[in-house]
Amino acid sequence: MIRMQNVKKSFGDKVVLRDLDLHIPRGESMVIIGGSGTGKSVALKCILGLIKPDAGVITVDGQDATTGDRDAFLARFGMLFQGGALFDSLPVWQNVAFRLLRGTLKRPQEEARDIAIEKLRRVGLKSDAADLFPSELSGGMQKRVGLARAIAAEPEIIFFDEPTTGLDPIMAGVINDLIREIVVEMGATAMTITHDMSSVRAIADKVAMLHDGVIQWTGPVAGMDDSGDPYLDQFIHGRAEGPIEAVR
Amino acid sequence: MIVTVPLAAIGQAVLAVLAAIGRVSLFALDTISHFLRPPFYPREFAHALQNIGWMSLPVVGLTAIFTGGALALQIYAGGARFNAEAVVPQIVAIGMVRELGPVLVGLMIAARVTSSIAAEIATMKVTEQIDALVTLSTHPMKYLTAPRVLAALITVPLLVGIGDIIGIFGGYVVATGTLGFNSATYLKNTADFLEPLDVISSLTKGAVFGFLAALMGCYYGMNSGRGAQGVGRATKGSVEAAAILILAANFVLTGAFFSL
Repeated sequence: MIRMQNVKKSFGDKVVLRDLDLHIPRGESMVIIGGSGTGKSVALKCILGLIKPDAGVITVDGQDATTGDRDAFLARFGMLFQGGALFDSLPVWQNVAFRLLRGTLKRPQEEARDIAIEKLRRVGLKSDAADLFPSELSGGMQKRVGLARAIAAEPEIIFFDEPTTGLDPIMAGVINDLIREIVVEMGATAMTITHDMSSVRAIADKVAMLHDGVIQWTGPVAGMDDSGDPYLDQFIHGRAEGPIEAVR
Repeated sequence: MIVTVPLAAIGQAVLAVLAAIGRVSLFALDTISHFLRPPFYPREFAHALQNIGWMSLPVVGLTAIFTGGALALQIYAGGARFNAEAVVPQIVAIGMVRELGPVLVGLMIAARVTSSIAAEIATMKVTEQIDALVTLSTHPMKYLTAPRVLAALITVPLLVGIGDIIGIFGGYVVATGTLGFNSATYLKNTADFLEPLDVISSLTKGAVFGFLAALMGCYYGMNSGRGAQGVGRATKGSVEAAAILILAANFVLTGAFFSL
């Protein structure tokens, strides 16, 4: 479904994506792991067109991601941002129903609110949270609202950017389980970027490890522990010694 | 070699300035193009009208009334040196309407509105809210920039008009209350002396200053760097740029209206 071929991206002298090849089949949950600053977020933003790659081809269902109707392209995606990226000036329900209140997917306000409340319920929030503002929510609640917004328009593809960063282990587990449930329930194609190994095991069908601008290893989550790849091995066991240079 | 080093530095600085002018010009053209192309966001526009126009009234009113009062006192004291105290109503009117009204309102808008727009949009950029808008199929220029710049273009001339009236009223209060001017004569002199071109120039300046103030807030916000420092720099840069552009535009417009 999503294919990245020979994607390159540099910022000044810093090469972030050297020659990235990645394929995510329809309905699969792919988790990209890798150290901080290895270009995981850049890869994800390249697919969405938030960052323009220097070279390479990105296709979704065989169609070039950079051409064609941009609104129709983006309407296929939902995204949970690392910090939630909720709009401070809007109450929770309007954040969730943002897409349903304007543009091609516009619905009557009451209907959009009902859908927002239903999605909030789906991510474990009560309807009384609907009229709060994002600044009144805890970190875990903000993640849930971000998740509700990502799924509000029933997208085919959902991206999760560091979904458990900043959460306590119990809340991280709750969010991981929610993501897994929702992805399976919706039959969506998912791409998650994280360096939280508990997220990887909870969410992934397949794992790809990004290091030095290329996919160092890719395979099913079950094959991760006995991959024999020294880079992946060092990363999943959190060892300072190994082929990945750790700055002390 | 010794000669070429400073020349190269000057050349680089000139190129940097030209590049900045080019970027701002393209941003302005892009913004204007979104005034005319749907989708439109009436709720955002109404919110911007309220924030830029209505909420700026107190600061505009206070600035204008104190300036008008001080102007009357200065003209009276200065005029007394050559027995020209009687020109207070005329000079207050022309000073407020042609220059001080639009410039001071423009600078107050730069302080109040430009800074607020830049800080808000820069924070949205730093917290990935701008990226979130894009993923929700919403063009940030249409949703954030166009409504704010259009609202400023419409409301700032009105604020300048109100500021002019309040400023003249400030001069009137001081002149009739403490300087011994007759109320009816003061008002008649003010009305007789002002010409339509004075008012037209004042409102035109207001529109241009409003456009520049909101545009700079949006431009610096959209191009903000990372973190709190990025937001701070964007806010500071936007107010500096707006103030300088307003003063430069005032010079150009004054020349265009009254020296040609």
